[in-house]
Amino acid sequence: MLTPLVDDDGAPFWKYAAEGELRVQACADCGELRFPPRPCCPHCRSFATEWRRVSGRGRVWSYVLPHPPLLPDYAEQAPYNVVLVELTDAPHIRLVGNLVTAPGARLDSVPVERIRIGARVRVVFTSTGLPQWVLERP
Amino acid sequence: MTVLKDATAIVGIGQTPFARQLPETERMLACRAILAALDDAGLAPDEVDALASYTMEETDEVEVAKALGLGDLTFFSKVGYGGGGSCATVAHLAAAIATGQATVGVAWRSRKRGSGPRPWKNTTVQLPTPAQWTRPYGLLRPADEIAMLARRHMHEYGTTRDHLFNVALACRNRANQNPAAMMYERPLTREMYMNSRWISEPLCLFDNCLETDGALACVLVSAERARDCRRTPVYVHSAAQGLPAQHHGMVNYWNDDPLTGPAWTAARHLWKHADLTPDDIDVAQIYDAFTALIPLSLEGYGFCARGEGGAYTEGGALEIGGRLPLNTSGGGLSEAYVHGFNLITEGVRQLRGTSTAQVPDAATCLVTAGEGVPTSALLLRN
Repeated sequence: MLTPLVDDDGAPFWKYAAEGELRVQACADCGELRFPPRPCCPHCRSFATEWRRVSGRGRVWSYVLPHPPLLPDYAEQAPYNVVLVELTDAPHIRLVGNLVTAPGARLDSVPVERIRIGARVRVVFTSTGLPQWVLERP
Repeated sequence: MTVLKDATAIVGIGQTPFARQLPETERMLACRAILAALDDAGLAPDEVDALASYTMEETDEVEVAKALGLGDLTFFSKVGYGGGGSCATVAHLAAAIATGQATVGVAWRSRKRGSGPRPWKNTTVQLPTPAQWTRPYGLLRPADEIAMLARRHMHEYGTTRDHLFNVALACRNRANQNPAAMMYERPLTREMYMNSRWISEPLCLFDNCLETDGALACVLVSAERARDCRRTPVYVHSAAQGLPAQHHGMVNYWNDDPLTGPAWTAARHLWKHADLTPDDIDVAQIYDAFTALIPLSLEGYGFCARGEGGAYTEGGALEIGGRLPLNTSGGGLSEAYVHGFNLITEGVRQLRGTSTAQVPDAATCLVTAGEGVPTSALLLRN
């Protein structure tokens, strides 16, 4: 499986994720949340940043079901789901992820017919610190 | 922009054969296409003083100039973001010629996508910024990235697979008329489409463009000089690039409204500086790496309202005789996928009256580059 290729701006996200926390970059001056991380606030141009913990709750904004040809590790689980989750705390922040039955479960563990746009989801973390999503009402 | 309006014209086009695999290198194919375009224009290689190309190919302008014996170059430009750069090459040459920086410009595209590597195939080397937020989850290919937007468009606006089929069918029908197309004499039916394998649901095999080897080129000069060239001039009436605020590569998921992509930005500039409106367009060549880009682009370029892009395709609207004949050489879906340059050359053929699927008396043509990435567009007229 591919692991995140972390850059300087993104490193804190992955550090917190490894500790089981979903945090989003925020401007330490005007308070606006932003994603993906970057050095400067697009609202007030401040370089002061902080990482704010969010509730980890959201809704499915959209999803796809990739089929092969794919990289081997992914092909082995295909068709699986990739979801785009809109955070409840910050509706314009959407995180790509997978809907699974439990942390670390296969990417095809949730039956396709259970996936729908608007479904409420909650964040969980794999043992390697990758955020994943489970249905609030499985 | 009034400086640019109709100030330059495309006077030559050229191309190599299109195939899944061609034996020659990208550089050789580029040279052949450029020489063909110069011959079409009736201009000599040593008259060329400007080059424009776009990224994601291996053909360097230094090598092209050296190989073909071009003159001293006073302008060269390479536009980023792959397929979003096609129309921008012509736009950059038009700006250079209109402002006196050069006199004869060549733009080209050469690719070996059929037999060569794709940037996402060896994904252990991840592309930078967006990849860490998408690739680990198995969102690996452009088809996956665009399918995310397609699904949302279907959910919000009732766009259907039949709408996407209408796009695929229009392109295939035109390719069936074009002997140079990869899909010449290979008809498509609704049954074939609906029963084809998935690539990334909701996108199936026929929603995806063709992997192709091939090269194309075009030659641009001032409108004044164009009058002395061999062919009917095709004027660059308006041109634009588009990189919207808070846009993010092909995973444009993080702005306020992911369903309004770069097309919307390019379109505002394009129409603002044109004497034309969408109602005046006789034929359109709209970038079709995936069928789902067409509804998004029809909305972005103002042919219909937001959310109506799917329904717009109904009733044969995109066929010859419909309200907006689309991709009349077959496009990326059925002629060849060469990062959209074939859409430019087909736009020229339509306005010369020499298309294999000619729209009667076509006088205006919209050509667009890749939607989903920082893009570009041209309004051409004869």
